[in-house]
Amino acid sequence: MAEYTKPLPEITPESRPFWQGCKRHQFLVQRCRACGARQHYPRGVCASCWSQDLEWLPSSGRATVYSFTVTHRTQARGFRDELPYVLAWVELEEGVQVLTNLVGCDPATLAIGMPVRVTFEDVNADVSIPRFTPA
Amino acid sequence: MRSAVIAGVYEFPERTTTRSVLEIQALSARAALADAGLAPKDVNGYFTVGTNPGVGPLATVDYLNLHPTYIDGTTIGGSSFVAHVNHAAAAIAEGRCRVALITYGSTARSSGIAVGTRERIAGEYVDQFEGLYGISTVGLYALVAQRHMHVFGTTSAQLAEIAVACRRHAGLNPVALYREPITVDDVVKSPMISSPLHLLDCCVITDGGGAVVVVHPDLARDLRTPPVRLLASAEAIAHTSAGHRDYLVSAAAETGPRAFAEAGVTHDDIDTAMIYDSFTITVLMTLEDLGFCKKGEGGRFVEGGRLQLGGALPINTDGGGLSSNHPGMRGIFLVIEAVKQLRGECGDRQVKDCRVALVHGTGGTLGTRHSGATLILGRA
Repeated sequence: MAEYTKPLPEITPESRPFWQGCKRHQFLVQRCRACGARQHYPRGVCASCWSQDLEWLPSSGRATVYSFTVTHRTQARGFRDELPYVLAWVELEEGVQVLTNLVGCDPATLAIGMPVRVTFEDVNADVSIPRFTPA
Repeated sequence: MRSAVIAGVYEFPERTTTRSVLEIQALSARAALADAGLAPKDVNGYFTVGTNPGVGPLATVDYLNLHPTYIDGTTIGGSSFVAHVNHAAAAIAEGRCRVALITYGSTARSSGIAVGTRERIAGEYVDQFEGLYGISTVGLYALVAQRHMHVFGTTSAQLAEIAVACRRHAGLNPVALYREPITVDDVVKSPMISSPLHLLDCCVITDGGGAVVVVHPDLARDLRTPPVRLLASAEAIAHTSAGHRDYLVSAAAETGPRAFAEAGVTHDDIDTAMIYDSFTITVLMTLEDLGFCKKGEGGRFVEGGRLQLGGALPINTDGGGLSSNHPGMRGIFLVIEAVKQLRGECGDRQVKDCRVALVHGTGGTLGTRHSGATLILGRA
């Protein structure tokens, strides 16, 4: 496996289930058992009602592009050697927005609203990074 | 109207400096107090950002040997200093201080900090979800610009009008960083940084700093010049991250209505507006959200020179962050330029008969969480 030079997540106890899901190539979304709200990014409380009674649901991994930008200049670690790359907000079928990269696509063919699906890059024994690619 | 007035301002004029962040603030504080006709010993409220430098207020208070009875290190991005005016007014009204000093200093340019394109990771919890993807400040604003274009048909040429207006004003400001005129064509043909934002859609990187002195109205008779009145102030944070956001509505949509209601003025009463211009899209979104035009009509609104001197709503008469001065957090310059306009001190770039000015700072990024702070200021 080539050395991974981009930033890695600093996994914390409250986020560990999410990253364990990624390791299994599942994108988990939190749902509040108290009020039913779904949220991303995951956290220790429901952002709607502050309940701690949260469950983790596997998402379908299907999403649509909410917005994107083709980055031509950056200082970001690991990315400055791969210009241009695509930063995007996508909206999962489950209704939450996710900041991500769009990969495996020609930037010229991208459009807001296009369907994408999650894909995972296994970067080390503990971490798989979710990204999205045209469905 | 708030029971506080702005008595003194100063913008540090160098765009590249060998002075330190603390020295920039000391020189700015001294000049702003002199502008007010007050002395260092009069200061009993102190405001700066927590990143400026180290633990913020502590370092600067120590360097300046101040003895404040009220200290505020509110740090909500580039809008912080606009919010500081709001907080100073509240502290003054509460009797916690009478002379509030706000300072800022930065050596971003001489330190080689790529404000817009560096990796935007701040050591926060959310980094593990957002910091993995090559995020930069310009990229996060570009996401909003792209969406705005998709939904409303806004064009790069329309965004460019904002940069052209700021550059024209910079040409009238002897200390602006870039003063040569530019055209819409220059902007849209400048290198793409993060689509759809081009190089000339992005603010400059400078060293810089400044100071603002906010005082109790009772002190007005002791001041060197009649103070500028604070007609309204409001602040908000938007796009907090539960994963369900409309990125085309910014914090200005919350602060604008509150500020206009408090000031008792209408949009037509605003003679000039200092709108945080980190990027052209920031200005367009802010103008819409403050209610100068309907949501989605910002592209047409900024056309035809409306934002230039002589137009209906001249903005950023100093040249803004796009052409004059952006050391990382430029909110303080919005306040300083608005005060100078209301005092009629702007020379070639003076807005004729300037009576009411609006200031709006945006801090953080429109593409994630951000703050907004609005002031409405009135001539003495």
